[in-house]
This record gives sequence, C-alpha cells and structure tokens, in this order.
Amino acid sequence: MWHAAGGGLDDFREAITDPQAIAALKLTLVASAGVAFINAVMGTIVAWILVRDRFPGQSVINALVDLPFALPTIVAGLTLLALYGPTSRVGVNVAFSRWAVLVSLLFVTLPFVIRTVQPVLLELDREMEEAAASLGAGSFQIFRRIVFPNLLPAILSGVALAFARAIGEFGALVLITGNLPFRTEVASVYIFGRIESGDPRSAAAVSVVLLVITFLALFLIGALRRRVTRHDATA
Amino acid sequence: MTRLRRYLLRVVGLSYLGVLLVAPVGLVFYRAFENGFGQAWDAVTTPAAKHALLVTIIIAAIAVPANTIFGIVCAIAIVRHRFPGKNLVNVIVDLPLALSPVIVGLAFLLLFGTGGWLDGLPFDVVFALPGMVLATMFVSLPFVVREVVPVLREIGTEQEQAAATLGAGGWQTFRRVTFPAIRWAVAYGVVLTTARALGEFGAISVVSGRLIGKTESLTLHVEERYQSFDYAGAYAASVLLAMLAIATLVAMTVSRPKDEVR
Amino acid sequence: MAIEAQSVTKRFGDFTAVDGVSISVPTGSLTALLGPSGSGKSTLLRVISGLEQPDLGRVVIEGSDVTGLPPQRRGIGFVFQHYAAFKHMSVHKNVAFGLEIRRRPRSEIEARVEELLELVQLSGLAKRYPAQLSGGQRQRMALARALAVEPTVLLLDEPFGALDARVRKELRAWLRRLHDEVHVTTMFVTHDQEEAMEIADQIVLMNQGRVEQTGSARDLYERPANKFVMSFIGPVSHFGEELVRPHDIDVRREPNGSAERATVERVVHLGFEVRADLALDDGREVWVQMTRDEAADLDLQQGSKVFIAKQ
Repeated sequence: MWHAAGGGLDDFREAITDPQAIAALKLTLVASAGVAFINAVMGTIVAWILVRDRFPGQSVINALVDLPFALPTIVAGLTLLALYGPTSRVGVNVAFSRWAVLVSLLFVTLPFVIRTVQPVLLELDREMEEAAASLGAGSFQIFRRIVFPNLLPAILSGVALAFARAIGEFGALVLITGNLPFRTEVASVYIFGRIESGDPRSAAAVSVVLLVITFLALFLIGALRRRVTRHDATA
Repeated sequence: MTRLRRYLLRVVGLSYLGVLLVAPVGLVFYRAFENGFGQAWDAVTTPAAKHALLVTIIIAAIAVPANTIFGIVCAIAIVRHRFPGKNLVNVIVDLPLALSPVIVGLAFLLLFGTGGWLDGLPFDVVFALPGMVLATMFVSLPFVVREVVPVLREIGTEQEQAAATLGAGGWQTFRRVTFPAIRWAVAYGVVLTTARALGEFGAISVVSGRLIGKTESLTLHVEERYQSFDYAGAYAASVLLAMLAIATLVAMTVSRPKDEVR
Repeated sequence: MAIEAQSVTKRFGDFTAVDGVSISVPTGSLTALLGPSGSGKSTLLRVISGLEQPDLGRVVIEGSDVTGLPPQRRGIGFVFQHYAAFKHMSVHKNVAFGLEIRRRPRSEIEARVEELLELVQLSGLAKRYPAQLSGGQRQRMALARALAVEPTVLLLDEPFGALDARVRKELRAWLRRLHDEVHVTTMFVTHDQEEAMEIADQIVLMNQGRVEQTGSARDLYERPANKFVMSFIGPVSHFGEELVRPHDIDVRREPNGSAERATVERVVHLGFEVRADLALDDGREVWVQMTRDEAADLDLQQGSKVFIAKQ
C-alpha cells in the first residue's frame, strides 16, 4: 500500500539525508527509546500496586489507566499543554521544549506495559515466592530472582507496543511541542510538513526509513522475548 | 514486604499516575467551564463545530460496524480455517498498531490521489469524506479481531461440533453457539474500535485537507480552533471528546474480558 | 522434641481453622498430619513453617521459640503440593537456589547439587527445565531443593496430591526410604489414611481444627479414641448402634446364643478377601469381611441364612 515511495533512488537518498529529517528521526528514536524504558520501570511499579496492594479508589484508578487508549490524541496534547504549558496553574512550563515530547509520549504510552504485566502478575504462582522464602531468600532477592524473570516477557511485550506507538505518535505532539525544526520536531510531524508542502515523495522516503526502524526494533524485542521464554518449551 | 516499602511503592506509582494522567484531564474540564457553562455551550454549537461533530459521527457509524463484521469474519477465518496467506493476514491485521497515523494518511493520499494506483474512481476519495472513512477504518481495524481470536481459540470447536451433530447449519451454529460465546469479546473490541474511530487525528489530518465545514472532524476542529487562538472553543470541543472518552472508558471497564484484571 | 506447637490457634475471619492445637514431633521421626478437607492440617503445617502467623500460641523448633520469625529464619524445608518449581530455572539451579542465597562457594554448591540429584535419582536431568519433567520428577526435584540447605525439619504439604495413583504409591514408599537414609525430622500433611498408615511413625489425626488422636498407625486402628477416629482409619460396619470392624463380626451357620439371624444379599470376592452384604430380619443392613477360606467353609451364597454376632 505504501509503495508509492517510488520516484528515483537519488530523490530517495536526498530526501533522507536532509539534515532536518535526520534531526527529526534522531529525536523520535531517542525519545521513544527513553519513553519505552521509563514505561518498563514505572509500568511495572503501577501494575504491582494495582495487583498486590490494596487501597481505596484502586478500581477507579485501574479503570483510569485505560484513559490514554480512549482519549483522542489531540485532546491529550491539549490537556498536557494546559497543565504543563505557558498558562500552567502549577507553574510548570515544558511547552516547546524536548521535555514536552517526553511528557506527551509518556501519557500516550502509559497503559501498555501496565496492561501486559497485570495479567501475568495475577497468574504468578505465589507458592514459588513462598518456596524461595522457605529456602532463605529475602524480599528483594525473591523479587530479583523469582518475580522479575517471570515478568520480563510481559514487560518486553509492553515495551514493544509502547515503542511502536511512541515512534508514530502525532496528535499528542502537534500542539505542545511547537514543532520547532531541529529542536522539537519529531519524525511524524516532519513527514506531515513535507506532505503539506506538496512534497509527498520526501514524505514517503522518510516514512520508509521510519517503518524500517520500527520493524527492526520490534523484531529485536521479539527475539529477546523469545530468548527469555525458552524455558516454557516442553520436551 | 515491609510497610515502608509498600507505602513507598504506592506513593511512587500513584504520583506518577497523578501527574501524568489525572491532573491534565481534570484541568481540561476546568478550563472549558471556566467562564461558565453558557460560553462553553456556545463554543460547541457553532456551525463549524456542529458539522465537525456530524462528520465524526458519520465516520464512526460507518467504520465501527464495518470493522466489527470484518473482525468477526477475520477472527473465525484465522482460528478455524487454514488458507494460503494466513500469516500475511495476521500481519496486516496487526499493522495499524505499528504504523504512525501520518504514514497511514500518506499511504491513502498517495494511493487514491492524483497519480496513485487507485486514482480515477468516480467519486472523490482524498480531501473528502470517503478518504477519511477509509483511513479511520484502517487504523481501527485490529481491535475486534485481536479480542475475538484468543476467545475463539480458548472455547475450542467442541460446542460447534456438537451443534453440527444436532443438525444445526452454518449460520445457525454461528448465531446460537459461536456468537454468544464471543459476545463479550466482541463488545470490548467494539468499544476499543469506537474509541479509536472517534479519536483519530493524524491519518485524517493528512487525508482530509481540513476544509472547515466540509472535511473537518471533531478532532481536527479542536486543533483548528486552537491554532485560531479560540482557546475556549478548543477546550469546549475537547471536553465533548473527553466525555465521549470517559463514556468509552466506562464501557471498557464494564465489558472487559473476565480473565484480565479485576 | 524437634517440633512443638503449643496451643496454636489460627482464624481466617470468622472461620477458626486451627483451634488451640498442641502437638509434639520427636526428632528424627516421620509424622503424618492426617485429616479430611478443612480439618486444619495444612494451616497447622503452614503456621509451623512460618508461612502463616498464628493468632494464639507458640511454635518451638529444636527448643527455640520461632513464633515471631519469618520462614527464612526457621531452618525449615518446605515442599508444596503443586511443586512450586522455579519454572524459569533449570533443575540444577532450582536445587542450588538455597545454597546460592547463602553464598556458599561454587565448588561446594556443585558438589552438593550433584549429591542430592543422585539421592533423588534425577542425575541426568540437571539441565532440564521443570516444564520438561513429569509430576513425580518435579516433586523429587522439590525435595532435593528443600534438603539442599540441610533443614532442621522438613515439611511437606500434600506432597503427592497432584500425582496419579501409581506414582503416588511409588513416591510414598520412596519417601520412607529417603527418610530412613537422611534422618531429617519430617512432617507431612495428607488426607489419605492409607498413605499415613503405610509410612508414618506417628499419626496426628485432626478434625475441624482439633486433634482427635495421636499415635502409631496400630494405636489408631486398634484403640480408636472415638467414633470419628474409628471410621476415618480403617473400614467400619454399622452393627446396631455401634461401629464395628467388619472382620470382627462372627458369622456362623448355626445359632449361637445371642447371635442374630441375617440373610446374605450379595457376596463379592475381592481376591483374598470376601465381602458380604447382609440384611438382618428387621431390615437393617450390615456388611462383613472375611478371608476366602472362611467364606468357603461357610459356603456363603446369595440367599443363605446365617447368624452373626460381635466378637
């Protein structure tokens, strides 16, 4: 479907070596990777407190986690702009900066790791942890050696989803980042700009690069995940 | 786990959620009604806004049922039948989740626009409603399929085989045996599809040409109002979308498959 | 005394699982905690292990009060009904776990793991993962894992409950042999009276949170403390108002003093044993048990008239 990137190899090379494009791609990659990592950590923590802990309002919060799924991205961008932008009541202004990219992406990818980890945490055999305790392991050791290795495949799945989403995100970034070329312009915005300027060829070229990166990353994460779950294969 | 550790985790997790999730959404509501309900209502009932709402609803009304039917058929085909190219179908179904919406929009633009492979259809596709519908259909494609497939796998074919031995034909078996078994998965998938269809921005931004009063959806309307410095209008429209989102959220929580979180 | 529970009470909400129970387990013995579902035996075991905290009472292991200590510090080994195998680790790593936690030198760990795997007859399977083992193999691995840290007491919670009948019988005999070799004070929970009677030195029979009787298998069988014990351990037959062992009923062809008359309704030949269902003249039913030879002597058939009395 997207094979209309046609139009000469030279054009292609020129389009993708445009410094503005490269800057956008770099920003996108770094931000997405960073966000994926933060999600891996914070997502696991949130999943943990939603499954293993008990506090008032827990089920409301649990439902709220899905909000980024349900909310249109442009609205998400607007709300973040309202709270953490120039008219902020909280005195925090990250608009038109790289932090804006980070914050927006974190919002949009919030549910992914949480939702992949929760069911695994629920199903986890508590007796394994009890067995480790009976053998002398302390709380942290139990987490490190028993719980975490069993959560890792789910965390990786969530990270893959979050990364793919972050790399392509558009609506949430368009308002709050100001789309300043070389500073806060992400790849999707750059591509959009090329289309609006009547240059769909370059847009398509950069799109292809973005897609290649995405698939490569997903492939690597998938391979890592398979490697970590080899103990599940029955003889 | 010691009490201190438990509280620490709780504080860290909840403040993360608070900062990122709860606070921003609360503020949109505040901002929209800051100057009173009346002004918010005015902002949302301008002709442009009303038309945008209509466009959004039309798109969703077409995309959601289409994807639901496609999703169920596709899920049944994937789980119960073997056919050449099955892997390809799997990949295509998952594709919208990995693609940036802008790229999706671009693809449609190139495909149906001047010089594209599917140029020359009797009606306008790009810069018009059909293009927006198609793009929305594509991005909201996977949800019903992905929800139904695991459920179909899990219930197995025994019940359907039993129905066959009792004389039920294909459609009867589907209506009386298969569908009731997958109905909650379908419901959840429909909710996710609807949310995506209502909220789509990037793809239709590219495909629509954003002609106010003609090809502007509610989401595009929000952006347009903001760029025109009509913040009240932007927030008001956002609130409308946010309320739709919360309704979706409630529907999601209610229809969520049992074997996921409580 | 290796283990002492002193007036232990454990409640879950309104439900009292263990009610003021006191037991003693001699050092080096193999003790069975026997009882029907809900009798509190698993709960008692878990209280002793530290996986549950009692509401009242104390737990003493080898003379030290361990009531306040977590399971990590009680020097116990615990084996679960569903193995609780670390599914992401190989058999070798599973067994080595306790030793690695205690930071023993690598050479010592290797030697001990090898020794234990040989003891439980899993030597060739060190590199396999639990998912690749059968249920019986997984349980043997769990045992090796628990024994690796040389626990003071070994606790097993329905260790053979998840296995099929044949494997269960094999493993229970194997456990007894293991115990004879290793001599660790062992306590296991079971609902299967045959299992308890076959391998345990001492049986603690529990019902509804309390201990009904403690003693050897023979004690419980021949001198039951009450009706519950009698009907739980060994076969019983209802003769009038009383409970009687079916092979303690005397069956004759001729009347004999206070013997009552009965008609044979059904005779079942179970190899060496013969069971007969009898109906007394007033309609009440009694079943009796005798050897093949005794049945032959009496020429028991359906419809025969006999005279029965308690021995």
